Amino acid sequence: MASLLTLWQLICAGFAIPEYLVPSPIRVVGAFREDWALLISNSVPTITEAFFGFLIGNAIAISVAIWFVYNKIFEEMYYPVAILIKTIPIVAIAPVLKIILGNGIEPKIAVAALICFFPTLVNAVRGFRAVNPNLMELMHVLSASRTEVFRFVRFYGALPYVFSAFKISVTMCVLGAIVGEWIGANKGIGYILLQSMYDFDTPRLFATILTASLIAIGGFTIVSALEKIVISWDPGESI
Amino acid sequence: MNATHAEAGAGNSAPAISLRNIKVTFGGGAKAVEAIDRIDFDVADGEFITLIGHSGCGKSTLLRVIADIIQPTRGSVRVFGQSPDVARRKRAFSMVFQQSVLMPWATVLENVRLPFKVGPKAIRASGTSMDALDALRLVDLDGFADAKPTALSGGMRQRVAIARALVTRPRILLMDEPFGALDELVRDALNVELLKIWRQSDMTVVFVTHSLQEAVFLSQRVVVLSRRPSQVEGILEIDLPTKRTLGLKDDSRIGTEAARLRALLDAG
Repeated sequence: MASLLTLWQLICAGFAIPEYLVPSPIRVVGAFREDWALLISNSVPTITEAFFGFLIGNAIAISVAIWFVYNKIFEEMYYPVAILIKTIPIVAIAPVLKIILGNGIEPKIAVAALICFFPTLVNAVRGFRAVNPNLMELMHVLSASRTEVFRFVRFYGALPYVFSAFKISVTMCVLGAIVGEWIGANKGIGYILLQSMYDFDTPRLFATILTASLIAIGGFTIVSALEKIVISWDPGESI
Repeated sequence: MNATHAEAGAGNSAPAISLRNIKVTFGGGAKAVEAIDRIDFDVADGEFITLIGHSGCGKSTLLRVIADIIQPTRGSVRVFGQSPDVARRKRAFSMVFQQSVLMPWATVLENVRLPFKVGPKAIRASGTSMDALDALRLVDLDGFADAKPTALSGGMRQRVAIARALVTRPRILLMDEPFGALDELVRDALNVELLKIWRQSDMTVVFVTHSLQEAVFLSQRVVVLSRRPSQVEGILEIDLPTKRTLGLKDDSRIGTEAARLRALLDAG
């Protein structure tokens, strides 16, 4: 990392690359220090949108996954719909959501939620089904109800899969919030990105990119830490 | 051996399990696989009986028919005179698998208590079961109640599985190659412990294995199944004392009985 930054600095200085094209790392750090108050204040709405998008998108995805696992017919009917939604580029859906939901925080949350939905749905369906067949036989011998099988077996069995999905979607939801902000916002990381571009303030643009990345890394770190607390067993080990 | 076992061995009581003309076919049409056909035998109440046969002959399938996991294509199964479905709901039997089938996310004690957490409420509260800690004591695992299964060895995990099966005080214990994945020393030790537990209870044990020595050492009778579609090739009474210790494993009588079993298996 340090060597890459050094190389970047040397290239910028050695080839006299104009700052408005690519700023040197030192200039980016400088912009970061100058604009940190602006970046922090605009991170708050982006983090809020990403957070609620993450919660809502994953909650819906897990609910649908449970519904699919217990209703094969619904899965066959609606799984293609989920795939269809996934195939539409998020930047194309975002304006539609803005028209429907207005100029507030809602369309940004909706975009973030939408981007989280699919990875969690796919992983959760797989996780709820990935149960040791012998454990299912045991639950049958114990005359466990479907709810009990879910509560004691499927739920825990799916957790490693769901956390894998969370790790993907926690970074994606930041992207979703930024895309949401691009189509109409006066605050947020997405807004600052556009403003910096229009102003040709490339050091601030890079500092904003860095901020977006730090938010995603922060989210990923939190989810990874939660995963370590929640999944205290080795999911790969068959016992 | 207690009095109940002595009587059962003599065949004086009604059978614990009765299998009549059992046939199991998997799949349909041209791809149909006949796993077992025309299986007929009774298991006496309190008996230790072992099913043995070649790999893939349908031993585990037959055990699953008794456990109400697989429905026979034809024939009748009675467990204490009732259908396997009714017997299962009344917790007349417990099952132990080749893998310990423990919940890795739960502690040893939570795993043993699983039968109290699931299933019909009336049965859970029937009061006939034993304390989960007593069940752990029975398999020499007191002190490991709060451990996670992943922290235990294969043999210890299988003991937890046995404790979980015993905690409901089932009248029948169905065991599907429970020690098949363990090394010989651990298997020998668990064989002795299982016999001890069986002797102290009035349980009927139906045990599946493909080890001839294990079958001989544990059982009062061994049911030899033929190759697929399997039928009963013969039922061998094991002529060994009821009280069996580890020393008996090296006794020449085990070899003699195993040779009789092998002859029957080869014939099938």
